[in-house]
Amino acid sequence: MEFTFLHVIFLAVAGFTLLCGLGVVVSRNLFHSAIWLIGAFAGVAAIYWLLEAEYLAIAQIMIYIGAIATLIVFAIMLSRGMMIGRAKMNNFQAGISAVVGILLFALLAFILLQVEWPVVQQAVVADPIPMMGQAFVTTYVIPFQVIAVLLSVALVGAIMIARER
Amino acid sequence: MPIIPLSWFLLVGAGLFSIGLYGALARRNAVAVLMGVELLLNAVNINLVAFNRYIVPAQVTGQIFAIFVLAIAAAEAAVGLALIIAIYRTRDTVNLDEIDLLKG
Repeated sequence: MEFTFLHVIFLAVAGFTLLCGLGVVVSRNLFHSAIWLIGAFAGVAAIYWLLEAEYLAIAQIMIYIGAIATLIVFAIMLSRGMMIGRAKMNNFQAGISAVVGILLFALLAFILLQVEWPVVQQAVVADPIPMMGQAFVTTYVIPFQVIAVLLSVALVGAIMIARER
Repeated sequence: MPIIPLSWFLLVGAGLFSIGLYGALARRNAVAVLMGVELLLNAVNINLVAFNRYIVPAQVTGQIFAIFVLAIAAAEAAVGLALIIAIYRTRDTVNLDEIDLLKG
């Protein structure tokens, strides 16, 4: 296997994503965590682009960075929970959580390097968006409706929970 | 044709999942826990799209599931953050170990 320019790009993107992910969980200041989180979302969008899923990369940027990250920043501002100063950042199970995380990664890496994946050497479909649209209204029409109802109910419920009484 | 091995993408997904799991289990602040959960969902999405690209490249099944996960993540973030704001109003804290009203 020769080492190409694409490998270098992948390693840079993967390293950036994992670094930003680590920044999210180790920053004491919650606002810094949110900024790292935006970086991690952007890295994941770049990974989608490397996987030739351009539509998902755009959706990732619009929904995660555009909506969810903004929502999180608002929640941090509204709850004044920046954790600046001497407040304890982690709970009592931080040590064992780190051990569990490292063990889980070791287990997953061990398994997925052992398995012989049935990889198909084939190009992606030229125009995936019409295919996705058709699948949403034929094969996946019930899940699509359910998710639409779920999203409406969740958003109305969120407004009801958070409003001033 | 795919040049990068599939296992590299899966390793990134596994790494991001482990980091997110640590964040969701270890942080005291509820918003930080939600950020950890977002990392978990993103890690799962990387795996779905990678399997779609490498194992069934002629279909879009994995991408459709990734879009479902995206919609669930949006609903989860909205409800979670609304709960955090409501709890902050009544109890003046968002630290999860101080929110113990239901603890016997």
